[in-house]
Amino acid sequence: MSAAHGHPAEQVHEPVFVGETLAELERRFTEYPTKQALLLPALWMIQERRGWISEQAIGEVAAVLGLTPAYVKGVVTFYTMYHTHPVGRHFIQVCTTSPCGLCGAEETLRAIVEHSGCGELGATSPDGRFTVIEVECLGACGFPTPVLVDDDFIENVTPETVPALLERYR
Amino acid sequence: MGYPHPSHPREQVLLSKYFGDSGARTYAGWVDRGGYQGLRKALGMSREALIEEVKASGLRGRGGAGFPTGLKWSFMPKDDGKPHYLVCNADESEPGTFKDREIMRWTPHALIEGCALAAYAIAAERCYIYIRGEFTEPWSVMTEAVREAYANGVLGRNALGSGHRIDITLHRGAGAYICGEETAMMNSIEGKRGNPRIKPPFPAVAGLFGMPTTINNVETLAATPHIVLQGAAFYKSLCLGNPKSTGTKLISVCGHVQRPGNYEITMGTPMRELIYDMCGGMRPGRTLKAVIPGGSSVPIMTADEAETCITDYEGVIEKGSMLGSGGMIVMDDSADMVYQVWRLARFYAHESCAQCTQCREGTAWTTRILERILAGKGKEADFQLLLDLSEQMTGKTICVLSDSCAAPIVSGIQKFRGEFEAYMSGARRPALASAL
Repeated sequence: MSAAHGHPAEQVHEPVFVGETLAELERRFTEYPTKQALLLPALWMIQERRGWISEQAIGEVAAVLGLTPAYVKGVVTFYTMYHTHPVGRHFIQVCTTSPCGLCGAEETLRAIVEHSGCGELGATSPDGRFTVIEVECLGACGFPTPVLVDDDFIENVTPETVPALLERYR
Repeated sequence: MGYPHPSHPREQVLLSKYFGDSGARTYAGWVDRGGYQGLRKALGMSREALIEEVKASGLRGRGGAGFPTGLKWSFMPKDDGKPHYLVCNADESEPGTFKDREIMRWTPHALIEGCALAAYAIAAERCYIYIRGEFTEPWSVMTEAVREAYANGVLGRNALGSGHRIDITLHRGAGAYICGEETAMMNSIEGKRGNPRIKPPFPAVAGLFGMPTTINNVETLAATPHIVLQGAAFYKSLCLGNPKSTGTKLISVCGHVQRPGNYEITMGTPMRELIYDMCGGMRPGRTLKAVIPGGSSVPIMTADEAETCITDYEGVIEKGSMLGSGGMIVMDDSADMVYQVWRLARFYAHESCAQCTQCREGTAWTTRILERILAGKGKEADFQLLLDLSEQMTGKTICVLSDSCAAPIVSGIQKFRGEFEAYMSGARRPALASAL
């Protein structure tokens, strides 16, 4: 998997499913009995290349898989990890569910929102570097607070370690 | 072992033996450690004998429901001419649970071995491993392990030279708790919203793509090669007195213990021993207040209930809760139970798929009432309202998400009523500034 968030806007108008990307998707048709089953993998392919899933990309994936754009949109919006709008260069997901909440996750989240310059949850920092969201259970409850920065899964984050952590992502 | 801590002498290390040992991640490393012998032996057995062996071991589903695994496999139709599917549930989204993540991170071939074994048992040529989207490291470790398994002939058209075709496809989730529910997972693989399906038909009759399907949890599948290799009798002997709960269980312990981690216990181990000996007990100066023993969806236990509880399926039921996934959330006397109940309700409100009225409305409504109580605006009548809503949310929906929201609310009120009353009377300062 490769993360590529916040690609320049001008690239957005190029279709995704052409050339090697289309070939990669078509190779995977053999792993499933229906084309529709490739919808989640195809959406991941778009997000990995573009950083988010635009209306145009929704139309494109619908055409490739023989679905309607409305149907694809219904699926995209069901899953919280697909971005339907551009996000910062680094996308930060902080777990605050009960087990982590018991161990100070809310303080960690506050420190990340503050030090990233995002100011509020879901907003992108003015320098375009970060978007921070609060997420439900990341499945690493023994290592509070787990934080996902792009595809890097980081355990045991505390308010004290936040500045150094963010420094690693320019 | 109590990863990330060294193994405790009272642990029974079967699945977690190589946690932390990166040498076990490769095909060669796994074979060096005795890997793939269980699968090889299984492929030499008849399907019926293999299913009987797993039945005889007493293995029950480790994902939460505790359904006997061999019995589940035996529900798959024989010689029906249809494609069969195996789905491995690696969604691990139940708050408090983080064991399957370690199995996949450290011993990916243990899971591939278990999947291939189960696929053969139920005559499935393809297995989908559904890994939650957030598990980036397990995803990359599993991707490499599957590639290696194909390259070494473990998977493919002639798995380990057996003449049987076994293919594994990794399928990545995209952020939805409900996709850990088996019918929602099947919809998600099919490229749909993760809405649970009405049962019947059960998956063994009409599951993934309408075909006979078995869904098993990661830990369940990873245990099966040990059963085949060392025998059902060996596995069954791993229990401390109750023959209905056998084998080892990974317990993910989190919250207010000194050494949170994954502990592999023999079924029947006293919970007191797990919390105080293995996990090192509470932080200095703190005492145990409550335990949620099986992931967030089960009733809350008091300290007394936990300290006298036997950790196995029946033992936890006897204390009014459930072993569930084995995700144990421990709270000391610093925990605000009203706040914790609200936080859990908020989780379920966020994760409801909104198909069923009782769940869609109930999870959000109970969250708002709890918010009101935390803001110091609760009334005595809110108790009855919460209990009535919880009653309407239990046993009336397509899946058990709304039941799971009701469980901590009802047990929280029953066991920690005084804390709710303290917010209502003003004896406790509001924990939330405002309420909806």
